[in-house]
Amino acid sequence: MKLSRRSFFKTVGKSAGYIALVASLPQIAWAKWNEKAFTAKTLDAAIKAKFGDLSIVDSGDVKLSAPAIAENGAMVQISVSSKLPDVKSISLFVKDNPAPLVTSMNLGPSALAQIKTRIRMGKTSEVTAIVEAGGKLHRASQQVKVTIGGCGG
Amino acid sequence: MMKKIKIRTKAKEKKGIVKAKLLIKHPMESGMRKDKEGKLIPIHHLKEVTVVYKDETVFAGEFGTGVSKDPFISFAFKGTKGDKFTVDANDSKGLVGHTEVTIK
Repeated sequence: MKLSRRSFFKTVGKSAGYIALVASLPQIAWAKWNEKAFTAKTLDAAIKAKFGDLSIVDSGDVKLSAPAIAENGAMVQISVSSKLPDVKSISLFVKDNPAPLVTSMNLGPSALAQIKTRIRMGKTSEVTAIVEAGGKLHRASQQVKVTIGGCGG
Repeated sequence: MMKKIKIRTKAKEKKGIVKAKLLIKHPMESGMRKDKEGKLIPIHHLKEVTVVYKDETVFAGEFGTGVSKDPFISFAFKGTKGDKFTVDANDSKGLVGHTEVTIK
């Protein structure tokens, strides 16, 4: 193989890039994707797979805001906020979806307990937000009416 | 076919609080949809998103198929204007995405 000066630098540069990429990977603290919880078929099973046997209390300190009627189930904007101290994670569940656990967001010490996202809903269902704070689970639920489903098609 | 996960971001600081918005381009196939020939489109969804600010993981989200196509995520943390944070994402097919954001 003939190596010109140019292609030599190109090759060296590329491999250096790959090495840098590989070296940087372990530093990312991925949220460990909880397969069991995400593939659970019922709400109770999903909550159990996610949180184990921690007790849940309905709490007014969790503010869940969702539309009362969602025209399109493919995009339902949900926001959750809480004034509870020491919030570790916020999870969203849709009771009647094929997979009830939609998302789970873990927050660091300097993060604020307020998140917003868009979710899919197959049909009219109850949306539940569970906030994990101080070793306890705090729950808020709201019924969302869906006129056009967003799953399947 | 996508090769990398594209992440669009916006982050603004006000009174010491950074409000960040992520818009991630992703098909989010639920594995239940069918194509024109009636075959199932394979499952393909975003799995994890990690946001690191000053060596601290301020946000680490897990996502299932219940999140809308092209996921939108908004969150907030304590930070300063001009600082940078990184966003990393991966999905169920092993694709990754990375971006660096300067707080405005």
